Amino acid sequence: MIPRYQMILFGLLLLASLAMGAALWHLRERAHQRLIAGQDSAPTSAPAVAPAEQAALLVANDSDGSILTQLHSLPLPADPGARARAVLGKLLDLYAAPDAAHPVPGGASSVLQVFLLPAPEIAGAAPAAERPKFADSRTVVILSRESRARAPGAASQDARQTGPLLAVVNLTGKFAANHPSGIETEMLTVLSICGTLRANLPRVTQVRFLVDGQTRATLAGHADLTRTYLTGDAVSSEGAHP
Amino acid sequence: MRWSKYTLAALVVAGLAGAPAVSQPAPPAPQERFVVVLDAAHGGDDTGGRLAHGQLEKSFTLAMSVRLRSLLAARGIQVITTRDSDVAVDPVKRAEIANHAAAQACLSLHASQSGSGIYLFASSMPPAEPARFPAWKTAQAAWVTSSLKLAGVLNSALLNAGMSVTLARTSLPAVDSMTCPAVAVEIAPEQNAGHETTAGLDDRDYQARVAAALAAALLDWRTDAWRTEARP
Repeated sequence: MIPRYQMILFGLLLLASLAMGAALWHLRERAHQRLIAGQDSAPTSAPAVAPAEQAALLVANDSDGSILTQLHSLPLPADPGARARAVLGKLLDLYAAPDAAHPVPGGASSVLQVFLLPAPEIAGAAPAAERPKFADSRTVVILSRESRARAPGAASQDARQTGPLLAVVNLTGKFAANHPSGIETEMLTVLSICGTLRANLPRVTQVRFLVDGQTRATLAGHADLTRTYLTGDAVSSEGAHP
Repeated sequence: MRWSKYTLAALVVAGLAGAPAVSQPAPPAPQERFVVVLDAAHGGDDTGGRLAHGQLEKSFTLAMSVRLRSLLAARGIQVITTRDSDVAVDPVKRAEIANHAAAQACLSLHASQSGSGIYLFASSMPPAEPARFPAWKTAQAAWVTSSLKLAGVLNSALLNAGMSVTLARTSLPAVDSMTCPAVAVEIAPEQNAGHETTAGLDDRDYQARVAAALAAALLDWRTDAWRTEARP
């Protein structure tokens, strides 16, 4: 015969177990609902597509050593870094095309990132007008070490908002490895990149290059990638020689 | 007796003073030193670009350096080369060789399969006043004006030889450290107006014409331009 007090105790324990089971089930359902609400991936709004804009690309031509401006319409993001990467990607797509006048394999995927930073001061500037130019030449490509004078005493915050920028272009190692070797062809690539950045992002006054995130001595044996390139006056073409 | 000694001494001095001067032949005016440095780009592990028919840029530049050295030596010009064999020479060493030579002209020889004709590159650095201790990486700045003049002389000679020439400026580590009138010469295949190749880099006649034009230009540089205006 089971004592009465034991039966009451067993009943209370059973009730407590059922109550706790119900409470756990309720808490589990609440947690599940909260989780589902946080991971709602239903496409409730269409993705924002950047509107197509006119981009000025400075396209090189190996046959006459010229760099000419071409206007292309392409979607350009609002973010300056993404915008710089988009225009350079388009430029390198042109170079990777089968009938390119400056053939360089790789295409848009050759630009890994473009970082935009406040441009540091560079000493030893000389006005562009004072630099000698060649006479009787077919094409003159001038890239100086000149730096644009910045307003003295400008606050660093102002410089970040409105001051000149240094663009750090990170290229792929495959692009550098497959780039045709030669002073002229390598400089045309470097100059066209600098000029295109300048044309679409006027605040970019200096450009540096990385390859796979590392500094590299030359692009393909000639063009110096350890220096800072200035975009102030990239290209000027003069009359044809006789 | 004492008086006669003084008299004798005075007579000797007077005689020496009055004697006609012995005519010694004047030493010949020292011939002005003229040295050319030829820098064959690349070498060793650094093969440079790959040219047509599997030829490497390092081999082409060395062959052109040897050819040009022979032409210049035949014209009595002293030539110093940065390399005479297939060895790697880093840009610093190349500039050191040129600067130790105190040369009056330095040519850095390159080749490329892309483009057409001859490309002449002077340093892109802005001209600067000569300094007693110039910075190594920008030592060429004091010589940029002379380098541009040398490029002009080379341009004229190549144009006279009927070649297509493109003048430009660039930044090459070796050239930027040279303290001499320095020009980088990049030789590309010769093309006609229709962009058809009329003379490849392996064309010996084309090589000879380029070398002869460069030699003529350096001879002109020695006789005229260097003497008159090429000094920094």
